[in-house]
Amino acid sequence: MPMSNLTLLFEAPIFSVQLLLDGLLIGGIFALAAFGMALVWGVMNVINITQGEFVILGGYVGYFLAEAGIHPMFGVPAAVVVLYVVGWALYRLVIFRIVDKDLFISLLATFGLSILAQQLMNEVFGADIRTAESGLANVYLFANQVTVAEIKIIAFVIALLLGAFLVVFLRKTRMGQAIRATAQNARAARILGIDTDKVYATTYALNAAICGAAGALVVMTWIIHPYVGLIYTVRAFMIVVVAGLGNLAAVVAAGLGLGIAENFAGFLLGAEFQAAFVFSLLVVILAWRHLRLSRQRKYLK
Amino acid sequence: MTTPLKTLIVAAAGVLMLAAPVLAPAYQNQLAMLWVMVILSLTWDIVGGQMGYNSFGNIVFFGVGMYVAAVVQRDLYFDIERFAEVAGGVESMLPPGDYLTGFGLGALSGAAAAVLLAAVLGTAILGMRGHYFAICTLGLGIAAGEIANGIDYIGAGSGMVTPLFPDALGARGMFFCYYFMAIAVIAFLVLRWLYAGRFGLALNAIRDDEDKAEAMGLHTTRYKIVAWSLAAFFVALAGAGVGNLIGFIDPIDVAFAGATFGVWMVLMAILGGKGTLWGPIIGAVIFHVTQELFWTYFLGWQRVALGALIVIIVVFVPQGIMGWMRERWPERFGHRIAESPVRARPEVAS
Repeated sequence: MPMSNLTLLFEAPIFSVQLLLDGLLIGGIFALAAFGMALVWGVMNVINITQGEFVILGGYVGYFLAEAGIHPMFGVPAAVVVLYVVGWALYRLVIFRIVDKDLFISLLATFGLSILAQQLMNEVFGADIRTAESGLANVYLFANQVTVAEIKIIAFVIALLLGAFLVVFLRKTRMGQAIRATAQNARAARILGIDTDKVYATTYALNAAICGAAGALVVMTWIIHPYVGLIYTVRAFMIVVVAGLGNLAAVVAAGLGLGIAENFAGFLLGAEFQAAFVFSLLVVILAWRHLRLSRQRKYLK
Repeated sequence: MTTPLKTLIVAAAGVLMLAAPVLAPAYQNQLAMLWVMVILSLTWDIVGGQMGYNSFGNIVFFGVGMYVAAVVQRDLYFDIERFAEVAGGVESMLPPGDYLTGFGLGALSGAAAAVLLAAVLGTAILGMRGHYFAICTLGLGIAAGEIANGIDYIGAGSGMVTPLFPDALGARGMFFCYYFMAIAVIAFLVLRWLYAGRFGLALNAIRDDEDKAEAMGLHTTRYKIVAWSLAAFFVALAGAGVGNLIGFIDPIDVAFAGATFGVWMVLMAILGGKGTLWGPIIGAVIFHVTQELFWTYFLGWQRVALGALIVIIVVFVPQGIMGWMRERWPERFGHRIAESPVRARPEVAS
């Protein structure tokens, strides 16, 4: 029963260390997907609901590699490549038509794409829950009271490395500079000779690739399923709303915080309410931010 | 339009609507669902179209109406253990009078609960604007489904069975067809009356410029909450009926079906033309017929086809059928045409 779990936490404080570590490690993956969402939102002014489906698709890449006898760790680079192509194609087919439309249109269109992707994956890959065995051992801490799977630690490190790589890419390369210039002022960037259409395509494809990498990590540490994509979108959105666009440290902090909060909630309320907690938290966070702003007669816009 | 001709058209449409379930008994369930679609898109348009607050969360009221009605129906005549034993069995069939009392009370309490919920939620989140409101309501819809999925009192993930429809009342499809038709017609008349008056002007003012509307002395928050509650009322009545029509309530696929009804209602209103009275109705009819055709011709892939349809509609006809007609024939919508033709814009080289 949920309430007895609370007393359990007090009686065996070491258990909260377990929850904390698990949450922290999974939070790195959330932060990665959120970073991609912030990128697309900031540069293209599109809130990409398809985010979660990119994650799941990346997971399937890792899963099928594992099925083919290749270690699922190679799924990370493979998913990056596959999803980059998918993202690029999606931009050329649909997204470029909605970049300059108002936000609701892009919201609804990407929501439609998300439903389409869910149904396609369900038809093509089947509705089974999938996971890929990494074949790595566990690490035991505090006299065997805390167990951490090595793969979770590796996934966390890879997520942070990818995030760092992306920051360097945005700061140092020509394309990264073009992306940042477009985010600041698309019109001015166009006048100065930047091909903004190409920038948008790259940004969107890059986001898909990041999500794909996150998904390849998810399939090794957790499970994937055609219909669990939306929750990753909501997590990413929540992290971006809390952290703001373009504040990387805050995105990482919010991602880790969400991972921890979610893990504790899942333990205290029962696993069946974990998803409910995430979606309710979104509503609460938005309502709370709105309340604070409305005291100054401002509003969330 | 001259009055006798208009009366004739309205009368003919009325007779056709009333006769349709009798003339085509094989399509009663589809017709009933068509009326549900009309209710959903018509009421979505109150807040989404006329007021400019795009909500993905109206499905919450659908599910709340459905569950509250089903719980009232169950607890009025059965104790839970007994119901669980005989659920779906012949013994659980109620006498028609009891069924109607239970359903009527259930639907009304569902609607009351939904209105209350809309008022409470509206106070908390209707101050957000634009996409924040849209995503917040999206989260709301899914959260509601996930929460219902975990509550044992209403059957949790294994769903809930509504009382069997008594044979003495005739065909179930026929009964609910008329039930939904009545709600849709009432909703239409109420909305037509409201849109024509101060209420409609206030909603449009909020859509066009909320800050100015507020500066002009409109109590915008009050109007927003009333508008959302109004939508909640009709949606909950529809939800109560759908639960009984289908006979089985699944928390995520039927009651809080954000990925189907929840997004379809937005889509139907957009397809028809949001912010118009007739647009959502036209959109609902076209969408429902298309959807039924998909079921026939894309069996197995119909959900994929529907997803593609969403994207196509949103990307290519965002202004909707009514919006397109308004651009095409502005004079038919009472717009003055400028001296120089507006449509003959010089082509801008891109």
